[in-house]
Amino acid sequence: MSDLEDLYREIILDHYRSPRNRGELETPPAHRAEGFNPLCGDEIVVYLELDDESAGEDAVVSQVRIGGQGCSISQSSASMMSAAIVGKTVAEVEELTRSFKAMMSIHEGELDGDEAMPSGQPGESLGDLEALRGVVKFPVRIKCATLSWNTLAEGIEEALAD
Amino acid sequence: MADISVKDAPADPLSPEEIRADFPLFANREGIVFLDSAASSQKPIQVIEAMDHYYAFDHSNVHRAAYDLAEAATNDMEGARQRIARFIGVADSAELIFTKNATEALNLVARSWGAANLGEGDAIVLTQLEHHANIVPWQQLAAEKGFEIRWIDLADDGMLDLSDLDRILDGAKLLGLTAMSNVIGTIPPVRLLTDAAHASGALVCLDGCQSVPHMPTDVKELDVDFLAFSSHKMCGPTGIGALWARRHLLEDMPPFLGGGGMILDVNRDGFIPAGLPSKFEAGTPAIAEAVGFGAAVDYLESLGMDNVRAHEIQLTSYAMRSLKERFGSDITIHGPAEPDQRGAVMSMAYRDIHPHDLSQVLNQRQVCIRPGHHCAKPLMRYLGVGATARASWYIYNDTNDIDLLGDALEAAGEFFSI
Ligand SMILES: Cc1ncc(COP(=O)(O)O)c(C=O)c1O
Repeated sequence: MSDLEDLYREIILDHYRSPRNRGELETPPAHRAEGFNPLCGDEIVVYLELDDESAGEDAVVSQVRIGGQGCSISQSSASMMSAAIVGKTVAEVEELTRSFKAMMSIHEGELDGDEAMPSGQPGESLGDLEALRGVVKFPVRIKCATLSWNTLAEGIEEALAD
Repeated sequence: MADISVKDAPADPLSPEEIRADFPLFANREGIVFLDSAASSQKPIQVIEAMDHYYAFDHSNVHRAAYDLAEAATNDMEGARQRIARFIGVADSAELIFTKNATEALNLVARSWGAANLGEGDAIVLTQLEHHANIVPWQQLAAEKGFEIRWIDLADDGMLDLSDLDRILDGAKLLGLTAMSNVIGTIPPVRLLTDAAHASGALVCLDGCQSVPHMPTDVKELDVDFLAFSSHKMCGPTGIGALWARRHLLEDMPPFLGGGGMILDVNRDGFIPAGLPSKFEAGTPAIAEAVGFGAAVDYLESLGMDNVRAHEIQLTSYAMRSLKERFGSDITIHGPAEPDQRGAVMSMAYRDIHPHDLSQVLNQRQVCIRPGHHCAKPLMRYLGVGATARASWYIYNDTNDIDLLGDALEAAGEFFSI
């Protein structure tokens, strides 16, 4: 079961069982974005508050809450994401999102091999999120892992739009 | 449910082991425990060979040609149409329209009959059990035409709540109804509902996607007005399905798609539609698929649909009893409690393991079940869950598959409790 154990790392199950930043924020001032995974019925709600929306890319994420329901991969990814982005600027969050997605997809072409991955090396800055690396071996689960990130991107877009 | 032990159970009218030998997939993927036939069944060699034979010996475009080969192709397709019609109790095969799948058949009813007959002030009735294929086409049309959609709810026992039926049907023009839930297996009392619908002047559009593959079907007995079903869930190929409707309805309905094959005459000012069934079959049809579909009903008929149904009730009964015995309150089985009120699908919740995670771990043991909302979100909302883990069985499954499912559930429980 080594692939499975790779998918379900202890830290993932920990975030699944004890999700961080679970709940809601008042809107406004917070923004609310909702994401669905039509494949499996997972739902994620992201509440996002920025310290100063007029600062654009330099605005800092002051609070995040996560709602919804879903599998261990989507829920733990959302939980880790929420823990990772508080205190970061929008620009930094976008960079983190790019690194996370790179980790989810640069492997896509070579799912069968255990070869070292080319370029990109998202590594370091991802911290706990690294634990989700095993997801790439299970292509249908990549959507689960990226659901909260796509939803977050919508929330940010909305926050900066008004 | 009486407390019959497995030993006392009546003999299985089918022989799943012999049946499996007809399905190459089981030899090619040794050890697979395929419990997802509600999504799509496996195919017997008889169907695969019929399609191969068609391409190797008989293929050309159908109709409108004078040479022998085209006649062979036409005969192959029309022969299949006749056998499929007979399979659902229909003598006049011109009433059987080939479509891409059940979804297209239901869209055909909505876009043709619905668009011509429904408008503001009208109402149709759907049930909480419906698949999106029998919901969304009506919602799309309602958004354009402004008619009302009413709902028959589900009762706590997993059957439809018929307490308010007459009021819900009052003045409605159509009842859209599934003959078997693809999520919780519920078999509603179709004839009773049809009689009630007709008494209030409503037609009945039956979604037979899950019922036609699994039990005898006679549209005269059911007395419905439309019946949609898909080949790929009943041993046939993908890419083809069927709509049956009463002749007078089809004759009054405008064509759905326009193009070649569906016209009698065309000039600059307009066209005259062809007769049935061509009127609803624009373009080159799925000929090889029709041949395969015909071979599939031959195959099922050779087993006997009464036997198929009896086999599946036994297996359902065994699954419900043995999994409950094994896992007690750790397992929740959605839907009606009596196996004979259910089809061959079982949606379950196991401990607090999310269905997606559950099926991932089961996959490790080659146990194929399906997690998700099964294209029935209104029903999921009623059940109060985002997803279920669904196992479904068919002619090639036996109690051993259920035991292996149980073993895999046990392993999943261990895996997630570390
Ligand atoms: C009850 C029911 N209706 C409709 C459909 C749609 O069938 P198809 O995808 O073959 O059009 C399905 C299949 O998933 C079903 O189970």
